[in-house]
Amino acid sequence: MQFKAMILSNAEVSPGYWRMRLTAPQEFAAAKPGQFVMVRVSGTIDPLLRRPFGIFDVAVHVPAQAGAVEQPCFDILYRVVGKGTAMLSALHATDLVDILGPLGRGFELGSPTEEKLIVGGGVGLAPLYLLAKELVKQSPVRLFAGGRTRDDILCITEFERLGVECYVATEDGSLGECGLVTEALVRRLDLVQGQASIFACGPHGMLNAVAGIAEKRSIPCQVSLEGYMACGVGACLGCVTPGSNHSTETPDFRCVCAEGPVFDANELGWGC
Amino acid sequence: MKPDMTVNIAGMSLRNPVMTASGTFGYGQEFAEYVDLEKIGAFVTKGLSLKPRAGNPTPRIVETPGGMLNAIGLQNVGIDAFIAKKVPFLRTVNTPAIANFFGYTSEEYAELALRLDSIPEIAALEVNISCPNVKQGGIVFGTDPKCAFDVVAACRKSTTKPLIVKLSPNVTDVVAMAQACADAGADALSLINTLTGMAIDLQRRKPILANVTGGFSGPAIKPIALRMVWQVARAVKLPIIGIGGIMNATDALEFILAGATAVQVGTASFINPNAAEQIALDMEAWLTKNNVGSVQSLIGALEC
Ligand SMILES: Cc1cc2nc3c(=O)[nH]c(=O)nc-3n(C[C@H](O)[C@H](O)[C@H](O)COP(=O)(O)OP(=O)(O)OC[C@H]3O[C@@H](n4cnc5c(N)ncnc54)[C@H](O)[C@@H]3O)c2cc1C
Ligand SMILES: Cc1cc2nc3c(=O)[nH]c(=O)nc-3n(C[C@H](O)[C@H](O)[C@H](O)COP(=O)(O)O)c2cc1C
Ligand code: FES
Repeated sequence: MQFKAMILSNAEVSPGYWRMRLTAPQEFAAAKPGQFVMVRVSGTIDPLLRRPFGIFDVAVHVPAQAGAVEQPCFDILYRVVGKGTAMLSALHATDLVDILGPLGRGFELGSPTEEKLIVGGGVGLAPLYLLAKELVKQSPVRLFAGGRTRDDILCITEFERLGVECYVATEDGSLGECGLVTEALVRRLDLVQGQASIFACGPHGMLNAVAGIAEKRSIPCQVSLEGYMACGVGACLGCVTPGSNHSTETPDFRCVCAEGPVFDANELGWGC
Repeated sequence: MKPDMTVNIAGMSLRNPVMTASGTFGYGQEFAEYVDLEKIGAFVTKGLSLKPRAGNPTPRIVETPGGMLNAIGLQNVGIDAFIAKKVPFLRTVNTPAIANFFGYTSEEYAELALRLDSIPEIAALEVNISCPNVKQGGIVFGTDPKCAFDVVAACRKSTTKPLIVKLSPNVTDVVAMAQACADAGADALSLINTLTGMAIDLQRRKPILANVTGGFSGPAIKPIALRMVWQVARAVKLPIIGIGGIMNATDALEFILAGATAVQVGTASFINPNAAEQIALDMEAWLTKNNVGSVQSLIGALEC
């Protein structure tokens, strides 16, 4: 759906990373973990295209005024990387933004008997919090959060509050283990011996590594991808990614916005 | 009194002059949740080819000031899957659907025109001639008047449906191209397609698009599109569909003053999925406010 959302809050949660809370219509409460929104950053033609962001959380907003009705609200967690995200970070509570969403295919929650291992790299944690919130209702959940430095490790205390056990790794060792988060993931997998499924979002290199780890152990693995998007609804074909059967002779492109952004890792062509 | 928004183009009667442009509106269904398709004049499908096409590697799109570059590479499902999977939806919508198509030889164009001609749900054909002619060393059909004449003549023989030819702006003399298409039997002309451009990532010293170059669209191209519509309208006696950077009703009405009978909205649908519907509504409001009885009275009414 398309709607005008009112910003409820917009604050820097770690250097360069922001969290924005926005109002939403009733139907938005049905948003699934892993879905995303397309945000129109300004009412002008600069920037021109909408910017895609994962849905970090969906909650209920209780307005302060007496007699006001409750309304769904949702959060996005974003990193300032360019013009659009810089402009987003300059917006204030009560400002209005145009939203398209929830869009795309989210995560499948899978069987309750497996342990759920969530892997997030940097701002890749964004679509994983709402997922964790759902998963903890049925299974033990562990989070593996990685980043270059401590500033890239976001919102860990909130995952902990859900009862999620969190492992942190940074490349410079400034928080948690020094190294890649996939090392902790492998250790855990060796311990649970296959009774697990993986959910990952983050830089492509990390996803590629996680998909490889899952494949070697025949563990179900879902990954959430990014792509350059214009429309967000499957019309422009700008956002595609190679599928598992892709080659120059037998092209197989999947549409990230409409068929994803969440894919089963073995649906995708990782070598391309 | 409500102004008369209807227009006639190549024998089609449209409820209003606003269509959606090829490649920016999928096959209609993708946007159905956001737009009332029965409030727009017509919609144009993604460009179709005989065989499915995979398109280019990614990145395929990048934003640049006032516009965007795309190098989708004409990815499409192909004519067979179009008939099997996309045409049934067209049947459910009471708005003319125009099939955009392309080929790599005149024969391919003609074959597609013939196959599309037999689909009752298709109201008209739009030929995209901005494609390389593999039999003539890859020269783009739409940049050589002789090539353009041949391909349009071949399509004309294959269909009795209204035949719209979509012109490329990447030419020195757009009027000569328009004239060649008119001589070959086109019923209408649509212009402009995207302008070839590129974008560079300085730090990586690489082009941003995997294809290096791409088609430039969006508000930044409007002045060029307006100029070309105006030039062609003065020289060629065929109805024109104006395309290029139309973001609002003002833009659309400017194209009509310059000589267009109808317009197509492209990139704007990405920013606002219901842009075409809104533009049609706002045009009507402008006519009412300015006491103009019919949109037809504005066609080519530029004073200069
Ligand atoms: C489905 C999806 C979900 C996303 N979720 C989040 C999220 O929850 N939080 C978050 O911070 N970011 C998310 N992103 C990435 C986010 O959309 C981009 O960072 C943002 O569009 C950049 O806009 P900008 O104007 O600031 O940057 P621009 O000025 O447009 O570009 C700055 C830099 O960002 C890169 N960039 C631009 N657009 C994209 C893109 N679509 N994907 C990857 N890199 C891009 C460019 O290469 C460039 O180097 C998501 C992307 C997708 C496709
Ligand atoms: C992503 C994208 C895909 C396009 N695909 C096609 C196509 O398949 N066939 C075609 O004739 N034009 C195609 N076009 C061109 C548009 O129909 C239109 O001519 C152009 O974008 C200029 O209009 P605009 O500035 O309103 O977008 C495409 C444009 C975009 C942005
Ligand atoms: S963003 Fe347009 S098809 Fe995915």
